[in-house]
Amino acid sequence: MTHSFREALNRMRSFFRKDPLDRELDSEIASHLEMAVEENIARGLPVGEARRQALARFGGVQQARETHRETRGLPWLDVMMQDLSFTFRTMRRDRAFTVVAVLILALGIGANVAVFSVVNTILLRPLPFRDSQQLVRIVERNPAAGESSKTYSADATQDFQQQNHSFQSVSGYFAFTGPDNFKLIGHDQPVPLTGILVAEGFFQTLAVEPALGRLFKAEEFAKHAQPVVLLTYAAWKRQFGGDDSIVGRTVDLNNTSVTVTGVLPETFDFGAVFSPGAKVDLFTPYIMDDFRDDGNDLALIGRLKQGVTLAQAQREADQLIPQLYFSHKHPEYGKGYTGQVSELKEYVSGKLRRSLIVLWCAVGLILLIVCVNLSNLLLARAAARSKEFAMRTALGARRGRLVRQSLTESFVLAAAGAVAGLGLSYLVISYLAHQGSIALPLLSMVRVDGRALEWTVLVAVSAALLFGAAPGLRISDGNLQEVLKDSGHGTSSGRKHDRVRSTLVIAEIALACVLLVGAGLLLRSFLHVLNVDLGFEASGASAISVDYGDDGPAKRAAIWQEFVSRSSMIPGVEAAGISDNLPMSRNRSWGIAAKGQQKSNALDFVPVYVYIVSPGYLKAMGMRLLQGRDIAWEDLYNNRSVVIINETVARKVWPQQNPIGRTAVAGGADAEVIGVIADVRESSAEENAGAQMYLPSTKQFGPEGAYLVLRSKLPSSALAMPVMRTLRQINPGQPATEFKRVQALVDHTTSPRRFFVLLVGMFAGLGILLASLGIYGVISYSVTRQTQEIGIRMALGATQGRVQLGVIGKTLRLALIGITVGIFASVVVARLIASLLFQTAPTDPFAFAGMVILLGAVALLAGYLPARRASKIHPLVALRTQ
Amino acid sequence: MGESKLDLLQGTLDVMVLRTLEVMGPLHGYGIARRIEQVSGDEVLLNQGTIYASLVRLQQRGWTAGRWGTSDNNRKAKFYSITKAGQKQLAKDTVYWERLSAVVGRVLSLQGQGDEK
Repeated sequence: MTHSFREALNRMRSFFRKDPLDRELDSEIASHLEMAVEENIARGLPVGEARRQALARFGGVQQARETHRETRGLPWLDVMMQDLSFTFRTMRRDRAFTVVAVLILALGIGANVAVFSVVNTILLRPLPFRDSQQLVRIVERNPAAGESSKTYSADATQDFQQQNHSFQSVSGYFAFTGPDNFKLIGHDQPVPLTGILVAEGFFQTLAVEPALGRLFKAEEFAKHAQPVVLLTYAAWKRQFGGDDSIVGRTVDLNNTSVTVTGVLPETFDFGAVFSPGAKVDLFTPYIMDDFRDDGNDLALIGRLKQGVTLAQAQREADQLIPQLYFSHKHPEYGKGYTGQVSELKEYVSGKLRRSLIVLWCAVGLILLIVCVNLSNLLLARAAARSKEFAMRTALGARRGRLVRQSLTESFVLAAAGAVAGLGLSYLVISYLAHQGSIALPLLSMVRVDGRALEWTVLVAVSAALLFGAAPGLRISDGNLQEVLKDSGHGTSSGRKHDRVRSTLVIAEIALACVLLVGAGLLLRSFLHVLNVDLGFEASGASAISVDYGDDGPAKRAAIWQEFVSRSSMIPGVEAAGISDNLPMSRNRSWGIAAKGQQKSNALDFVPVYVYIVSPGYLKAMGMRLLQGRDIAWEDLYNNRSVVIINETVARKVWPQQNPIGRTAVAGGADAEVIGVIADVRESSAEENAGAQMYLPSTKQFGPEGAYLVLRSKLPSSALAMPVMRTLRQINPGQPATEFKRVQALVDHTTSPRRFFVLLVGMFAGLGILLASLGIYGVISYSVTRQTQEIGIRMALGATQGRVQLGVIGKTLRLALIGITVGIFASVVVARLIASLLFQTAPTDPFAFAGMVILLGAVALLAGYLPARRASKIHPLVALRTQ
Repeated sequence: MGESKLDLLQGTLDVMVLRTLEVMGPLHGYGIARRIEQVSGDEVLLNQGTIYASLVRLQQRGWTAGRWGTSDNNRKAKFYSITKAGQKQLAKDTVYWERLSAVVGRVLSLQGQGDEK
């Protein structure tokens, strides 16, 4: 064994020392021959004869050299180097072809790698936590109304933590945090920050270790504990310049001095996992005792014990969770929780599986089209070079060698395409990873990583084999004599060859068809989503989180009124109002029932989204009051319990009755129904509206934060300055919160769909471009081949129009077959993606008709250019060119 | 030209070269070729050039060593000698060849049924 290893090593060394070894051999041979000649002369032969015999006995100096080289070196590598240098030579000669081919491949491979990176991060790779398969999310089954029904009360959480046997730990976070809920007060203006309250053991459950300092201690979750905070890495870098000494120091948060216990690692991104698109700056302890009187507000996560399966945990949860009380203090509220235990990974990205797989398939189709296209281009070139190949065969090149040569070309092209594509995907991915506005989980963690590199190689190699196979085969089965005889510009000789290329083009058109129909259906769905009646006018409305020291309901009413009236006076502002929650951002739900009907059991309440608002909010948001009146400032000042409900509540609680003037039990207090508004889509444009109610900010109904909403025709950028000036006049401590367009909230919820539509649309565009290139290539090539024939026809009296018609007819025939095949394939594919569509049938006639028209037009154009060239052929010139 | 035939010839040549070097001590390519021709009584018509492929192969496997020197009649030539590893290999090959030729000899000297009559 050692000798073969030594031999391999020596062969490798020899490969790089060709020249000295050749020289050594040459001198060996020279001395060999001299000795032979000498001996022959000594035997009495004349000099000439002595030399002749010596050479004859030696048997071919060149052959000896070659076998020597093959024996000592790496012959396959030599051949490869030859093939490579030949390839580079041809590529340089055909620069236009090379550029086009590499560009096409780069687009195809780049798109594939980018999509793979996204799919890999969101779907394939485990979550970025240790043993992440043990992590679960626990939510109510059939969550009826937003986050509130996906959460549990402090008491229920604590009971479950103590009683379960399946989990190493159960913890959670406060699910109703709005952005910018903290203000950091330093030397300059207060900085708005977003902080999440986390229950004890949250980071331990996720197995997140701090980058600096320590996590929260148990005693820091006790009532009246010294306030503490953990910073995210990004916030630490941004707000504190990455200063190590921040740990242990106190900072001023919301006018409270809070000790920084540590900094979380850079790899921990709360928003990416739990709240796509959200930026989180800090974490504070969720102190159970402070929340015992509140409703459901903890989103639960858990880590399974070693060896406990999801099914076992689910069985336990099914027994345990229904026994949990909502509140220890109020056992009369009863029980009634359910618990669905699902893998955290599944919970985070399960909903996206189908969309991502569709995306993956779409990008795979693109690669297929790229391969077909290149195959076509290479075939055309192979045809043009068929004489060269025939000549080489005649000179003794073996077929295997020629195929190898042609495959080398494919691989070099694929490699160049892969390198360029990798660069492309790197750009795309770094762009995507910084798109906070796209509400896709884990998107910020997308990287072009090792797996993506492996994928690139795989894609490039299969592409090279795919598009290199056809030309390679064609070369190998060429009939030497036929080719050499064939003048190459006849009519009949190329028929068989043309048929292969035509089939490829038809395949290309059919694939593009499928992509176009898919993109068309998704686009139609997206347009439908955009046209949904949201129940409010997002455009023209802007919102800003306002800060004020909340000193009870009476002062709050006064300061709210000041906010609203003074901001209404800003030029350009048409309406103003305040709400503590905005649609399509965080939500919270309570219960509502008709007075006198409800029993003590909590289940008879209709879960309802709650908005604590000021007068004018409905108008500022553009919500439609159908019946009754808006809330008035007197309602706030006089602590009058009134409620505005939406149609859904009216329908559910007072069916067939006029709800105005009736008394409801809302949020634990009696309230008079004073108005009914049109349903507002509060979660996303695609989900139907749930039950909603709007309450005045009073003693009974305290707001959680406040958003000032303004309606204006001015762009929000023009309003931002005067609004902030007004707010600072009222409260100098107003932090520099962002003046946001309400449309941005809507866009955020539609962003995943926009993301998919944009990508699939881009792929479809690429597909149609490639298909048209393919059509153009084939038709144009066939025109070139038939120059002579066309010339003869024209000489015999065919008109220009007649010639054009012939060429265009051929194009349309190809397109028609392709489109017909494509329609059948599209019908199948459309059914597969039906669940991704919104108010759009898989057989949507617009998508199909649009595809046929678009592809037909593109085919026509791609055929027209060569047709025009054909009609310009001058018979004399055509006949003279051989 | 069949591949297997070539292999056999190569192997044969390698053994002959090794044995020649073992017996004769350091020799240059021409010397080895002449020696093999002489010993075989000109029954092997050797293309002398092929000896160099064999020599470089043996050297790469570490069975021979080569060094430039001066021949009897004052010519520069590369002299090859057998190494320890080469001697071991030769011993192995010798056993192999003897067994093979014995078997081939036995098979070829078989008396067919038809021949007996």
